Amino acid sequence: MNPDNYLYLSAILFSLGALGVLIRRNAIVVFMCIELMLNAANLAFVTFSRMHGKLDGQIIAFFTMVVAAAEVVVGLAIIITVFRTRRSASVDDANLLKY
Amino acid sequence: MSAPALAVIAAPVTSTGGGETFLFWVGAIVSVLGALGLIFSKKAVHSALFLCSVMICLALFYMAQGAIFLGVVQIVVYTGAIMMLFLFVLMLIGVDAAESLTENIRGQRWAAVLVAVLFGAVLLGVFAHAQLGPFAGTDAANAAAGGNVQSLAHLLFAKYYWAFEVSSAVLITSALGAMVLTHRERTTERKSQRELAGERFKRYEKDPSTIVTPLPSPGVYAQHNSVDTPALLPDGMPSELSVNATLRSRGEPRDIRPLPVPLPREAAGARAPGDAAADDDSDAHLEVEA
Repeated sequence: MNPDNYLYLSAILFSLGALGVLIRRNAIVVFMCIELMLNAANLAFVTFSRMHGKLDGQIIAFFTMVVAAAEVVVGLAIIITVFRTRRSASVDDANLLKY
Repeated sequence: MSAPALAVIAAPVTSTGGGETFLFWVGAIVSVLGALGLIFSKKAVHSALFLCSVMICLALFYMAQGAIFLGVVQIVVYTGAIMMLFLFVLMLIGVDAAESLTENIRGQRWAAVLVAVLFGAVLLGVFAHAQLGPFAGTDAANAAAGGNVQSLAHLLFAKYYWAFEVSSAVLITSALGAMVLTHRERTTERKSQRELAGERFKRYEKDPSTIVTPLPSPGVYAQHNSVDTPALLPDGMPSELSVNATLRSRGEPRDIRPLPVPLPREAAGARAPGDAAADDDSDAHLEVEA
């Protein structure tokens, strides 16, 4: 097997994550799809790190994880706050700024 | 490690070994199916479990590619901590919050599928046409400082020192942000137990059916002792009051079948004849007289 296949897999997973972000309405599931996209990017980083024989790609994957953790914490806090005021976790219901 | 062995390991990789090939194909199928399950499962908890399976597959890929530490961190941080946070929030805001299926923008779903397919095709095309060199492999880089963790530490605390410091600021800011966002200010003073009791007796003045004593606790039996189990009154009837009002409104409380209580006659018969005389039952008196 050619190690390039890891890159193809990461492209497929990233597209699936993007598809989920576009079609799901539940804010938490949308968040999970974003996590899937970040993970797919991490897989590409690790594969490129192996291609170049350097560990910098793995370090970048670590920083992606740090940023993902911070993003999840704040994002879930925002979802909880929206749920408290609007009684809904649907991304369609948060439309106060529209009018 | 001797120099020739290192040279063999550090040779460019154009094809992986049989074990890694097998791992890749199994993991690729599982992770793509997991990603599809994440998108298309109706319940958010199922989505979370599918995402967990994808993340574990990715951790195996990292380990197979020489990123041992990253693979472990992936399992500990992502599957362990972040997914737990997701499940925690899911439980907090209600797992059965139904998702609306009406489309606010007509044809948005099919447009989304089209966009995702095209985007994936573009990404795959770019990777297929790129001049990807032979894979150098991470073994030499890992062995440079005595191991994967040591080599990563040399990079992280020297070359990427500043980014490492900044990431700590990011984490502290996000922790503070979560606390500020979820904090709720009390608008009214919390009522003390004394005030609550006073209010209850004031209600009792107007409506004598108000219960002023503490409510009976749920039943504790050998078979079950959950809070939806009603306690039994002295006459064997289940007490409605002993079950929480929310549980009562949601459905009938758990059915209680009391153990068969022996009838007075059987109880008297089982005892010694001398004891039966103490019974004030008329039958027992008859027996003694006879």
